[in-house]
Amino acid sequence: MKKNVLLIITILMVLIILGGCSPQQSEKVVLNIFNYGEYIDTDLIDEFESKFDVSINYEIYPTPEDMYTKVKSGATSYDLIISSDYMIERLINEGMVQEINYDNIPNYQYIDDNFKKQPYDSEGKYTVPYFWGTLGVIYNTEIVEGTPDSWDLLWDEKYAGQILMMDSQRDSLGAALKKLGYSLNTVNPDELEEAKQLLIQQKPMVMAYVVDEVRDMMIGDEAAIALLWSGEAVAAMGENEKLNYYVPVEGSNIWVDAMFIPSDAKNKEVAEKFINFLCEKENTLRNIDYVWYSTVHTEAIKEVEEFLFDNPGFNPSQETINNTEMFRDLGTNINLYDKVWTEVLSD
Amino acid sequence: MGNKQKYLTYPYIVWMFIFILLPVALVFLYSITEKESNTIKTISFTLENYRLFFDPLYIGVILRSLYLALISTLFCLILGYPVAYFISKASPSYRNTILMLFILPMWMNMLLRTYAWMTILGNNGLINTFISWMGLPKLNLLYNNAAIIIGMVYNFLPFMVLPIYTSLSKMDKRIIEASYDLGADSKTTFRKVILPLSMPGVISGIIMVFMPAVSSFVIPRLLGGNKQAYIGTLIEKLFLVTGNWNFGSAIAIIMMLIILVSMSVMNKFDIDKEGSANLW
Repeated sequence: MKKNVLLIITILMVLIILGGCSPQQSEKVVLNIFNYGEYIDTDLIDEFESKFDVSINYEIYPTPEDMYTKVKSGATSYDLIISSDYMIERLINEGMVQEINYDNIPNYQYIDDNFKKQPYDSEGKYTVPYFWGTLGVIYNTEIVEGTPDSWDLLWDEKYAGQILMMDSQRDSLGAALKKLGYSLNTVNPDELEEAKQLLIQQKPMVMAYVVDEVRDMMIGDEAAIALLWSGEAVAAMGENEKLNYYVPVEGSNIWVDAMFIPSDAKNKEVAEKFINFLCEKENTLRNIDYVWYSTVHTEAIKEVEEFLFDNPGFNPSQETINNTEMFRDLGTNINLYDKVWTEVLSD
Repeated sequence: MGNKQKYLTYPYIVWMFIFILLPVALVFLYSITEKESNTIKTISFTLENYRLFFDPLYIGVILRSLYLALISTLFCLILGYPVAYFISKASPSYRNTILMLFILPMWMNMLLRTYAWMTILGNNGLINTFISWMGLPKLNLLYNNAAIIIGMVYNFLPFMVLPIYTSLSKMDKRIIEASYDLGADSKTTFRKVILPLSMPGVISGIIMVFMPAVSSFVIPRLLGGNKQAYIGTLIEKLFLVTGNWNFGSAIAIIMMLIILVSMSVMNKFDIDKEGSANLW
């Protein structure tokens, strides 16, 4: 008897483990959305839910690579994902993204043409741009003298021990490559070797290699100079008036995040409705107030507050934009970057 | 074990298979296959991932991790043994309170405790604020090896104290009395009787501290500022950033082997064989 009970427990355990994720029964349409953390005004989600009578299952991820791993594993089928250029390129190349029916997104007309048909989606079939930004340098005007405009500031001996670099190999190597005048998508081992030497030379001056902490450390005056993304910089400048941001003259990285619908999405039309909802001017403005990154919306940009419009982090000049380059998916060549970065950190 | 009770273990065996053996087997499978062939149909085996590891670059990473873990373990032992000894000697009414105080920080999230150290050691942190208030120049306390070791010792000290305390308090007091009766002074008694008898606790404490210390990636990242690559951060990066699961798996397997070898070496040193069998 006891034996049977335990056998049943064993079988039940297996069933629970294997069948734990059975689909939920619900009358409402459930829209599965996958986004970076802190990258949407969540009030907009609630509003969409009540307005269109759908239920939204909103999940977040920390880095594009985490997103890729989770989507690739196929554990959940998402209806809408917001992610970055090179990762979208990889997913499109792998056939994991489906074409969008732009007829369902009338507000697509308000998206700046400069941000449509980006290299990752050159025919403009799969994506709707969301926000964009640059990679640059944020510095404390009380400590740094003059008005720097070059990558050299990150290599300035005067500020040794007060410089923050990013623990993100593409960004940190990108800064070094741009300082040398090379493409930040180079796969030339000699150029990468030069960039490596530059970073090794810089290493004794670097306080730490961090990502998430940069903003708080700059706000708290823990460091004087840091490599940082524009939106983070704009947010930091809002909290600490001493901070300033620039995109170096040697050129830098530009990135455009976009919304796309994975090929295994179950509610394509609702997802398109949601994209359209986010592209409404009012909703875009509310979103800007929350995420602080630069907008792709041609109408919304005219109505942002003045301090944002004048901020080089939020609204860089066309000249700056022309001098930037987008990260491309490097395929297996990413291993070159990986090795170089490990070598920098092992020196 | 009786025949009937044997069935009691079945649920755990299923558990162990699904959550321990299967994942290890999968990690091993990844480590010996090529990246482009991660489907059953086109699988192809290679030892390239292991060969890649024997590059001075990665050997350096693993040596650095082992070195840091060893230093941390040593500090835990030096700090932890006297504490455990003191607690075991304390009167029973205090003992539970002291033990409780020791375990109390462990109820808090480890990430939170490590962040707390950042605010203590930071440029504008507690210590530096105090130092500059005294008119002295600020010190660079955060983002170096010392900060990592402090973080590890702080986080892992209870794992050292508890097993030593257990073995000390389980000790038969009559043996110690016998030692005194036979004319040994307290130093000799400690060296010849107490220390050898507490070795099982020391060994298990060392293992319990060394294992998480060598593979930790949160502490080197937060307190070391990622200036150096460590084995834990390297594996994390290979999985999450580079997406090279195969090489990451190979390093994970190599690390498991290193821990396995160091554990069996530790058990060789163990004098009390019976005690070591009950380590876990």
